[in-house]
Amino acid sequence: MSEESKAEKFLEIFNKGKEFTEELLRENQRLRYRLASMETEAAAGASSDEVRRMRDQITQLTEENRRIAQRFREVEEENKDFAHRYIEIEEQNNNLANLYVASYQLHSTLDFREVIQIVQEIIINLVGAEAFAILLLDEKTNELKAIAYEGEDVMPGVATISTRLGEGVMGTVAKTGESYYINQDVEGGAITLEKPLAAVPLKIKEHVIGLIVIYKLLQQKDAFSAVDYELFSLLAAHAATAIFSSKLYSQSERKLNTIQSFLDLLTTTS
Amino acid sequence: MENANFLVVEDSPTMRQLISFSLKRFKNAKIIEAVDGVDALKKLSGPDKIDLILTDINMPVMDGLKLVSLVRQNAQLKNIPIIIITTEGAEEDRERGLALGANAYISKPIQSSHLIKTISELLSV
Repeated sequence: MSEESKAEKFLEIFNKGKEFTEELLRENQRLRYRLASMETEAAAGASSDEVRRMRDQITQLTEENRRIAQRFREVEEENKDFAHRYIEIEEQNNNLANLYVASYQLHSTLDFREVIQIVQEIIINLVGAEAFAILLLDEKTNELKAIAYEGEDVMPGVATISTRLGEGVMGTVAKTGESYYINQDVEGGAITLEKPLAAVPLKIKEHVIGLIVIYKLLQQKDAFSAVDYELFSLLAAHAATAIFSSKLYSQSERKLNTIQSFLDLLTTTS
Repeated sequence: MENANFLVVEDSPTMRQLISFSLKRFKNAKIIEAVDGVDALKKLSGPDKIDLILTDINMPVMDGLKLVSLVRQNAQLKNIPIIIITTEGAEEDRERGLALGANAYISKPIQSSHLIKTISELLSV
């Protein structure tokens, strides 16, 4: 082969190689383009799944949030109920303590003066009265007379108050056995010796032996409370029996002493 | 607060019992009672370390205000919290009691829950 044909042959191979290389580059370009398109498509497909998944999750969380908010409201209401109930129970507990102590003290002695003192303590410390009187009924004369009192300085005349059975507010309470309440200190002198804030009969069953009459509450107390009415009910019955039994006991003690003295005298002289 | 020692100074047995009844809310509370200020000072010098004093004002022999004053002047006793419980509800009475050194002033009739809350605050329960 001549030098010239060798050169032509080489040029031909070179040209074919060039064409092949150019074809490979084009194919490469086409594939890269296709790959990029597929990647974009794939990415777009994945996002919509993610969005769908997240939307589902948002829906679930919203529902859960709604349920929690609802439960929170329910618990809040329950708490309010519990708090309210707690206050009621506290109040009830306080009332029961007052009633327990009052009845315990009333029946702790048979000494007449001590019983009267205890009734006074209950009226001052538990009811919160500043001016009041305890009246006993003399069944022979049908007259109610004060045997103990408090607050002569703020209610002059309370120490010597008396009335007849059936007369005026107090006499009517003693006769009917029905309590009388105004429940607030009326300004302007409307409370008088004859027209008290409260008059509570001291009763043994239906038998009235006296009255508790209240004229003025302590300055820090505006009106009777629920427990006061309970205390009045308790005093109406328990104070009556305590006063009555201590009075009988005192009388029998006195009689016993008299009889004993008489027997001693007889023994000494015989 | 557990195991607290309370000194209740009150001439009325009814009130002593009522206050003692309320104090039983405190676990293992020991309640020491005194009938007036002099009796209270005796109990304060006794073997029990008192954590809180509850005192009435109007009492025979020595009243509650004198007791508060003497306790505050005593080096060993001056830091004991004191609550005055009284029928004297006027603002000037309240101010006088607090000025003498009482930590709290409660007017009768007492509410057990209010008393417990006041004690709890003073003893930081």
